Amino acid sequence: MMQPSGQASATTVPVGSDADLAWVRQQVRQCAAALGFGLVQQTKLVTAASELARNTLVHGGGGHAEITPLDNGHARGLRMSFVDSGPGIRDLELAMTDGYTSGGGLGLGLSGARRLVQEFSVETEPGRGTTVTAVAWVTQVPASRSGLG
Amino acid sequence: MPHDQDATASAPQLVGSFLERRREQIAQRWADASLFRSVFTVSRDEAVEASKAVVDALSDVAVSGRLEDTTAPGYEPVREQLGRMTQNRARAGATPAGIADEVAALRTPTVDLLREEFADPTAPQAQECVLTLTLLLGTLRLVVLETALDAGAEMIERQRQQLLEVATPVIKLWEHTVAVPLIGTLDSARSQVVMESLLEAIVEQRARYAILDITGVPTVDSLVAQHLMKTVAAARLMGAECIVSGIRPAIAQTIVQLGIDLGSVLTRASLADALAYALSRQGIEVSRAQTGTNAR
Amino acid sequence: MNEPVPVHPAPVPVLALGDILLVSLQGELHDGLAEQLQQDLSHRIATTGVSGVVIDISGVDIVDSFLGRVLAEIASTARLLAARTVLAGMRPAVAITLVELGLVLPGLTTALDVDRAMEVLSQRGR
Repeated sequence: MMQPSGQASATTVPVGSDADLAWVRQQVRQCAAALGFGLVQQTKLVTAASELARNTLVHGGGGHAEITPLDNGHARGLRMSFVDSGPGIRDLELAMTDGYTSGGGLGLGLSGARRLVQEFSVETEPGRGTTVTAVAWVTQVPASRSGLG
Repeated sequence: MPHDQDATASAPQLVGSFLERRREQIAQRWADASLFRSVFTVSRDEAVEASKAVVDALSDVAVSGRLEDTTAPGYEPVREQLGRMTQNRARAGATPAGIADEVAALRTPTVDLLREEFADPTAPQAQECVLTLTLLLGTLRLVVLETALDAGAEMIERQRQQLLEVATPVIKLWEHTVAVPLIGTLDSARSQVVMESLLEAIVEQRARYAILDITGVPTVDSLVAQHLMKTVAAARLMGAECIVSGIRPAIAQTIVQLGIDLGSVLTRASLADALAYALSRQGIEVSRAQTGTNAR
Repeated sequence: MNEPVPVHPAPVPVLALGDILLVSLQGELHDGLAEQLQQDLSHRIATTGVSGVVIDISGVDIVDSFLGRVLAEIASTARLLAARTVLAGMRPAVAITLVELGLVLPGLTTALDVDRAMEVLSQRGR
């Protein structure tokens, strides 16, 4: 995929094993921290990445993740794409339902990850593979302060 | 004909070199215009220096030929300065449109100076130069307007954040018991802040009980109810029990009518009831002191 | 920033404190390691006959649905083996994320930290 000019380049990480999942999580955490995401948003992003990368590994038979820092002039963001060339998702709507699972998890992979980011899209073609893209922007919420001495 | 100028030079180049040659005089005149004068109140020299920086920027842009381009690199050195100026004017109560008018007021003194350059100010070349300068100042006006609008948006954002912070204090009511009295409308951003501050306070205070008091919340719709339930669930995951208090009768009715199931959430009528519950669960008894012991 | 992939599949240490097993999870937990822990724990509970298990996750910075499932299954298995499980020390950011994810671990007892977890286990015997 070509990046529009003026954007920092993407980091591509293979997704082929457990250890790769850990590596994806670390890369997303580093990138999100560097972009100024708060701790809660970082945690949401890393968790979403973990869910989606595991989908790529378990259902797509492996593939790669692409982590791209974004800047739209007003806010900084992070885009994560998870690409596989596996069997694809036959019924996307069903796959996006809470509790639906074809693997061994809790069926929260796609639907759960979608709730952790601001923009979410799935491109899939039976027999050709699946690309899941998630984007989050740094929201300007003040650091939580309990106000207790 | 302008002094020692090539008759074949283009109007933008002529204007560029005019701005460079006459920057001192232009800056002196601009320093008296309200845009600069009202910002640089401490010393006039400062106003002159600031004016010179803008004249230099315009000269650069003129030579580069990007007369109508607000993103021309020539503006970069002065963007920050313009930003500070517009913020200053905005704080003094000037609207973005008012600030733009102040930029427009820079045109007349500058065009007057430009006209003096020409033996015949009505010659086509002179008129073309005046048009070029007008165009250039029009673009400057847009650049300033842009920064003014940005500054306004920034200010609103800053105020919104300050409001978010002050509106969500977490209070320690008792040992291991914290409370957030919520006042006003709960939107997503605020709910997020409430949730985070409450959970942080639970860790800091090693709280067993956390009370969300919604006495001051005017309405509870399904979204607000969802936020409350999420906070309760997150507190529970951390090992604390959450109590929602202060559900007024009207709100209780709405919740029932909307079909929202708050069944899993522990509720109490008032903050006092919630505190009493939290205390009794921790084995703390509150009783009236003996008359006589508090007589003095 | 491309250091070699950190792989340290050291098994998670399980500490026996009298009648209770204490497991302290730290940092990155590979899927395989989590499953290994699940097996180890079931075995330890069955052979030692402890009455409680405390899983300290204060050092864990994310819990995804996989680890969530493993934790829930550990608790269910322990219950079958007559032991109670308390999940201790979940960080606020992790709790918020789990709730958004839709994973509220309904069957799990939680506690603010290990001390509190011990308290819970000692208070309510089965």
